[in-house]
Amino acid sequence: MSVPILELVDVTAAYGRIEVLRGVNLSIPRGAVMALLGPNGAGKSTLVKVISGQKESTGGDVHLGGVNVRNADPEELARLGLCTVPEGRSVFPNLTVEENLSLMSYAGVSAEAVLETAYAYFPRLAERRRQLAGTMSGGEQQMLAMSRALASDPALLLLDELSMGLAPLIVDELYDTVQQIAESGVSILCIEQFARTALRVSDYAAVMSGGRVVATGEPDEVLETMSDVILGGAA
Amino acid sequence: MDTFIAYLIPGIFSGAAYAIAASGLVLTYTTTRVFNIAHGAFGMVMSFIFWDFSQKQGLPVWLSLILVLGIVAPLTGFLIQRFIARGLGEAPVSVSLVVTVGLFVGLIGAAQAIWPPEPRFVPPLLADEMGNDKSFPVGETVVTAQQLITVLASIGVAVGLYLLLTRTRIGTAMRASVDNPELLKLYGGKPETVAALSWAIGISLAALGGILLVPVVGLDYYQLTLLVINAYAAAMVGRLKNLPLTFVGAMGLGIADSFALGYIPTDSVFADIRPVIPPLFLFAALVLLPQAQLRIGQVKGIVSAPVPSVPRMVVSGGVFLVVLLAVVSPMSEARLLLVGTAATYAMVMLSLVLLTGYGGHVSLAQLTFAGVGALAYAKLDSPNLYGLLMSALIAVAVGALVALPVLRLTGLYLALSTLAFGVLMDKVVFQNERAFGFGGALEAQRLSFFGNTVETTQAYVMVMGVFFVLVAIGILMLRRGVLGRLLVAMRDSPAACGTLGLDLRWARVGLFGLSAGVAGLAGALFAGLRGTIGAADFQYFNSLPLLLLAVVFGVTSVTGATLGGIGLMLLPVLSGSNPIAGGIVFLIIGFGAVFAGRDPNGLANLLFRLGRVLQARVLDRIDLNLPQLPSTTAFSRTKTPTREVSGGELFDDGYDEEPVPVGAGAASGGVAEPAGPPLAPTDQKGVQ
Amino acid sequence: MALLEVDDVVVQFGGVTAVNHATFEAEAGRVTGLIGPNGAGKTTCFNVISGLQRPTKGKVRFNGKTVTSVPVHRRSKRGMGRTFQRLEAFGSLSVRENVRVALDIHRGIAGVVKPAKADIDGLLERVGIRAYADERADSIPTGTARLLELARCLAGDPRLLLLDEPSSGLDETETDAFGDLLRDLAAEGRGILMVEHDMDLVMGVCDTIRVLDFGEVIAVGDPAAIRADKRVQQAYLGYSDDDEDDVAHPPEAGATDETLVIPVVPANQGATT
Repeated sequence: MSVPILELVDVTAAYGRIEVLRGVNLSIPRGAVMALLGPNGAGKSTLVKVISGQKESTGGDVHLGGVNVRNADPEELARLGLCTVPEGRSVFPNLTVEENLSLMSYAGVSAEAVLETAYAYFPRLAERRRQLAGTMSGGEQQMLAMSRALASDPALLLLDELSMGLAPLIVDELYDTVQQIAESGVSILCIEQFARTALRVSDYAAVMSGGRVVATGEPDEVLETMSDVILGGAA
Repeated sequence: MDTFIAYLIPGIFSGAAYAIAASGLVLTYTTTRVFNIAHGAFGMVMSFIFWDFSQKQGLPVWLSLILVLGIVAPLTGFLIQRFIARGLGEAPVSVSLVVTVGLFVGLIGAAQAIWPPEPRFVPPLLADEMGNDKSFPVGETVVTAQQLITVLASIGVAVGLYLLLTRTRIGTAMRASVDNPELLKLYGGKPETVAALSWAIGISLAALGGILLVPVVGLDYYQLTLLVINAYAAAMVGRLKNLPLTFVGAMGLGIADSFALGYIPTDSVFADIRPVIPPLFLFAALVLLPQAQLRIGQVKGIVSAPVPSVPRMVVSGGVFLVVLLAVVSPMSEARLLLVGTAATYAMVMLSLVLLTGYGGHVSLAQLTFAGVGALAYAKLDSPNLYGLLMSALIAVAVGALVALPVLRLTGLYLALSTLAFGVLMDKVVFQNERAFGFGGALEAQRLSFFGNTVETTQAYVMVMGVFFVLVAIGILMLRRGVLGRLLVAMRDSPAACGTLGLDLRWARVGLFGLSAGVAGLAGALFAGLRGTIGAADFQYFNSLPLLLLAVVFGVTSVTGATLGGIGLMLLPVLSGSNPIAGGIVFLIIGFGAVFAGRDPNGLANLLFRLGRVLQARVLDRIDLNLPQLPSTTAFSRTKTPTREVSGGELFDDGYDEEPVPVGAGAASGGVAEPAGPPLAPTDQKGVQ
Repeated sequence: MALLEVDDVVVQFGGVTAVNHATFEAEAGRVTGLIGPNGAGKTTCFNVISGLQRPTKGKVRFNGKTVTSVPVHRRSKRGMGRTFQRLEAFGSLSVRENVRVALDIHRGIAGVVKPAKADIDGLLERVGIRAYADERADSIPTGTARLLELARCLAGDPRLLLLDEPSSGLDETETDAFGDLLRDLAAEGRGILMVEHDMDLVMGVCDTIRVLDFGEVIAVGDPAAIRADKRVQQAYLGYSDDDEDDVAHPPEAGATDETLVIPVVPANQGATT
């Protein structure tokens, strides 16, 4: 078997004295889609920040495509082919759609190619190319953010709470896009609170709780665990 | 009509020059969140370099222009961003302001040291052999080539910036960096490169503005530097982010200024208004700013200097007075005046301990409040405790009035409004002959207690010493008491104070008033000491070195204020009549503040630490009340309420939210870390 | 009449709607839980209620009077107290001093003139952090700091407590004790509105639970009813193809295109250009 695209070994991280990650181990095979689930405060977002270089880890190793990239700068990682779509606002609200797209060319693809791919995939963005990104709906903003993954053919796509604050039908649409990106062979780690939505497109799933990965496996098996963790054993 | 045009043309000219400078200020502020108080000072230094190249070295004008605007200025901007401004955007305003004020003072010092005062002539860019500008008639009046070039340059700058920001990827990245620098990194962009570029362009624009104005304004350290107030005002019209509005503001200001010159008769009561149009403009733009929202989840927990116990305060105060008595007894009159001056400055710095050290606000006009106190004392002409009290109360009222119109603002805006106030007071009140009198000599009487006048200077200096000790103890008591806790709470979390029921606006006005009152008291005592006082004693510019020395010596402690007062008094003594030496002193203070400004506990901390080491190692077994420090805050061996951070290491970067242990490097003050997304490692590196 | 009434509140930031016509209430003497997935608008609701955020539309009534435009500090004087999700303890003061400041502020001028003699340590004891009284507030664990914020609120003897994720950072035993404390506080007649993610705690102490999703209240009921509510499960777990009933009858939140596409509000066009 080839080298995993992402491998985390005993990763720890803390805010001051508060330990948020307590030794995370996770491995994503090349070309696979993994859903990372877990309740609020489990450390999912912190883990994304550590992988994307936004937060320094206090211990452990992060291997991207077999290279140890522990505590590399986010801009270096981005140029290495890591495409991170952070939670919340993931576009520049005071830039037009076209300007947002032109900034995606840092990953090594020409600006024209980015525009071409994005508009071909999301005609709605082409209609709004001169509009400020911040004035678009949340779903359209996420489409814009996803264009980066579509256009730049990343080594690994990191999606953090893609669905946050979005209505279910929009979320479904976005996950259709995720599926297509996955089918083109891109490896994806997707952090999601809506377990079922994410599991629909995943090959594997992992559950985090209390700063550790507590379960990994096939999507179906994991869903049971999830219900317990999130709804307090109720659902 | 012709008069109209005759005044409109120079108005447009100065407006265009202000616009160029102001757009540079806005560019650096939006992309890096650092408000460069020293923007004008950079323009001044670059103008001197231009003079040096073109006049002294005799290079052709065009070559000098290219060298300054294309190489020296951008390189300076790049280096400043790399080594000084980096990471400052996330620091509390009290830190970032102090650092750029340090640059301001340091650059003036550098200019004085490199180019000592002498008449220097800078001809217009297209001058003939006689140094006269080319000019073209327009109706009855003329337009000079310099004016034309300036207007064309401003149009060029506007178009150039527009193209850069909208048509290039790096320009787009600059705007993206305004929106969200963290996200830009995830896209693979480099916010640090973007910041360096905007500083390079910003300083170049300051240089261009300065060079264009020099033939009109003259090559002067202060004149050119303070023209930046016009740029602040214009930038504030654009709310520090909108370039077109900044251009509009600059034009409006230039034209208003010119018309005031043309249409207000010199003998009218409004004649005084002309020099204050820029600060008035700035003040108005500030008042019209929208309400600041309470920020949630911000920096909290600052390590302050320890507060001594009450007996310790009293003993230290007593020791201080005894030492003072021993020092002043054999002194000559001239030296006594110096000691008295030091006491005055020290007391003004005490007012900063209250405002900046405890409260976290920055005032750029503290000496002006002292001037108000002095003026009130002299005018009241009742040289007794009542008169002294009234003078202080008048200063309290004025201080509260300054804070009142900008009640809703915080941080940078509040500081800028104090600067505008300082300039206003200086030009309108202090320099008015009805205030300090023609020639700036107003008589003031020495203080008397219940009919007994303090005649000798020796005794008067002792009286000042007593007042200093009383105020110092008062401030320390306040810090220990209800109000002190409240101040700290307001600084740590305004939002929590609000939800617990505190009206922050009035609390802030009260704090400003109280601080102004202490400064006013110092001013009143100073008036009595000197016998005659004038506007020159309270120049608003001198509030800046005062603030810097307070920070360098430690604005969180009374000890720092004492040392700072002595330091500020020594400045003119050290520099003597030699302007180069004076420049070097400014240079040292300025850049001292640039590097020390990140730790508000200042040099006083060194003493506390030294004292602790001494006590721990040598004197631990000897129960002695050692007068290590000539002040009331000799460190206490008893447990103080202040936690000793990271194993007693007070050189902690006190602004960090989490108590992270840091290395013990001096001035290792870190950059404040907002509670939200942590800074990437690169942001912290530039600090060391 | 409920102690707190939130009436049709809308909050928009730029083009994003954080709270969408939220209407709910909290009653005196009862613990009301406000739950919902991330980004559902819970904290924004709290900011509107306590006065830190002006709503784009809608009203907040407290004790029968409209307080929508009343400043933060006056709402506190009228009996509102709140804690913060992202801690707002006074970091450079000790735990005891934190509560003392709250007491001073509550007593106003009187507090300045004559320092309070209230039983601060008793209050710390009550929330269970007496042992930390002399520690600096920025050096204590998160959970403890949250309890400190609660103690600070209680110093003002509020009629309504707004608690934003009060239990995160507490261990199991501490959470149990905290639940008991909440019941006690409610029994004293105070209204408690709590945003919380620990479902065991929510189900254990709340009298009523309101589920917020996309800024709208999608379900109201007692713990048992909420547990059984299909839409609540969807809100938390998302849809799946198995939920055929619900795909056929989607909840109002997702019913029309208008609510799906979040309203477009022109953002500030000015920045730097």
